[in-house]
Amino acid sequence: MKKNLTLIILGIVCLVFPLVVRSDYYQHLAIIVLIWVIVGSSWNLLAGYTGQVSFGHAIFFGVGAYTAGIIATKLGISAWWGMMLGGIAAMLIGLFVGWVCFRLRGPYFALGTLAGGEVFRLIATNWESLTDGMVGILIIQSFRSKLPYYYIVLLLAFACVFAIHLIMKSKWGYYFVSIRENQEAAESLGINTLLYKNLSLMVSSFFTGMAGAFYMNYMAFIDPEVVFSLHYISIMAILVGIVGGVGTIMGPAVGAFIMVGVQETFRSSFFGLAPAWISQGHAMAFGLLVVFVIMFLANGVVGDWSKIKRYVFRIKPSSVS
Amino acid sequence: MDVLIQTLVAGVLIGGIYCLIGIGMSLIMGVMGIINLAHGQLMMVAMYITFVLSSYMHVDPYFSLIVAMPALFLLGCFLQKYLLNPLMKIDSILPENQVLMTVGIGMVLAEICRFIFTSDYKTVKTSYGGEAFFIGNISFNLPMCIAFIFAVVITLILFWFLAKTDTGRSIRATAQDKEAATLMGVNSTRITIITFGLGSALVASAGSLLIPIFYLFPDIGGPFTLKAFVICILGGLGSTVGAIFGGLTLGIAESLGATYIGMGYKEMVGFVIFIIALVFLPGGLVGIKRLIKS
Repeated sequence: MKKNLTLIILGIVCLVFPLVVRSDYYQHLAIIVLIWVIVGSSWNLLAGYTGQVSFGHAIFFGVGAYTAGIIATKLGISAWWGMMLGGIAAMLIGLFVGWVCFRLRGPYFALGTLAGGEVFRLIATNWESLTDGMVGILIIQSFRSKLPYYYIVLLLAFACVFAIHLIMKSKWGYYFVSIRENQEAAESLGINTLLYKNLSLMVSSFFTGMAGAFYMNYMAFIDPEVVFSLHYISIMAILVGIVGGVGTIMGPAVGAFIMVGVQETFRSSFFGLAPAWISQGHAMAFGLLVVFVIMFLANGVVGDWSKIKRYVFRIKPSSVS
Repeated sequence: MDVLIQTLVAGVLIGGIYCLIGIGMSLIMGVMGIINLAHGQLMMVAMYITFVLSSYMHVDPYFSLIVAMPALFLLGCFLQKYLLNPLMKIDSILPENQVLMTVGIGMVLAEICRFIFTSDYKTVKTSYGGEAFFIGNISFNLPMCIAFIFAVVITLILFWFLAKTDTGRSIRATAQDKEAATLMGVNSTRITIITFGLGSALVASAGSLLIPIFYLFPDIGGPFTLKAFVICILGGLGSTVGAIFGGLTLGIAESLGATYIGMGYKEMVGFVIFIIALVFLPGGLVGIKRLIKS
């Protein structure tokens, strides 16, 4: 009951947020957070639950974004159709990536996907007749207000988190976790590990592709360095996952909030309070945050919440006395 | 015909440097079983050390090897001892903790260098930078030839070290079977620290050797990390001899790609080979050997 109440309150806060906070800047931040909730949750399904750490989620994000962009510029269809097509295109690419990379295990899978991400970035840069290369794709935004975008991405984020929640409660979820825990044991129990790893990757790439297509619609401009970026997409997805907590439903949502918060705090030089050179430090802050989280909160903020709570409460009485 | 030979020569020369990068990664992979995603960033640190030495103290890039290699050895030991080894005791859901940690380390290293040196491209001017000599119609770029010779010498010293010295044997033993090595009295924690240091020193030498030929900026590490990984896959994971094969293959392939397909696709050739190797020849050179034997 208490848990449901928290969720309902959270839902209401999400719904009324842009009506209360009228500032474009904060609405923009909320949209970015929600995009990362989708990408982080998708990454978490594949990495956190199925144990296949992907370093190449930019592939799906970029393919989704480019699908939306290309159908808008080359075929003249509204880029919103790209939301669906982008997801499907990313899923098909996901099958191909899975076919190649699931031959590898553990860290080697991670690096296989990493190399895959670079391949796609280079293709998008060099295939100029299709993607316009480094020039990028520019479309016209559909809405001037940020409100429609906010509700669209909120719906998408909700659908994504809810779908993953349902999957994890179903038989698939148990299969996924069993693959993460021990692939040989899972196989010996008769689970077709290759099939279920691919299913996990398909769902994950589908949502990431949709997030990418939404990004195209919202930002109205993409180039290969942005949407296929190793640091700003693939690694960011991992950071969102591990900071929030791998293998938890709410982890990536919390992680997205923290990561975008850290990024913006640094980018705006602590909201103008600190000297301007600090704004260059956001990548360094990310790096230090990773080191810190892995050393002290190996399961992320949500996963190690009890540990944080215990630590905070142990400190409090001593400081009072 | 001349074009082909010229391309191959260029490929082999750059391949020598790739070998150094790949061997370092391979050693770390073999002993610790982790992929060091900060490998290229460590090389970048070494390149900046060389850059500072040569532009402010006018030390020749090749002499700065004497400084850069030990410095990176110590840095590598430090990272392994204080950041990577403690992770073995931490219980977490994802076993790839150490790999993620190297990502974090790589980011921090790149950003520290960006703070100090800004994002500008830097080059080191040497008197011999553009010199070349000719054998027949084929030109040999002088700094690349020197780099190649250095790479061969360093590799030979490394193989001597691994084959003949006590520490080297311990490293190979730990790579083969960590538990058995521990039972035989090898201090495997110490070996991991030395190995990471050694791998860093090797990639540092590659960085210093690249300086006269290449430019330098803080993000240079990423692509080289990927190259190191491609080399290791081509040669067979964790195999040092394989890494030489992988390095030369990648060098030649990139060079052929740049000549016959286009400069823009130079980087991609390596990845395409990598994917082909993954699909058809998982296990790289070691896999081929096994196929021939059976």
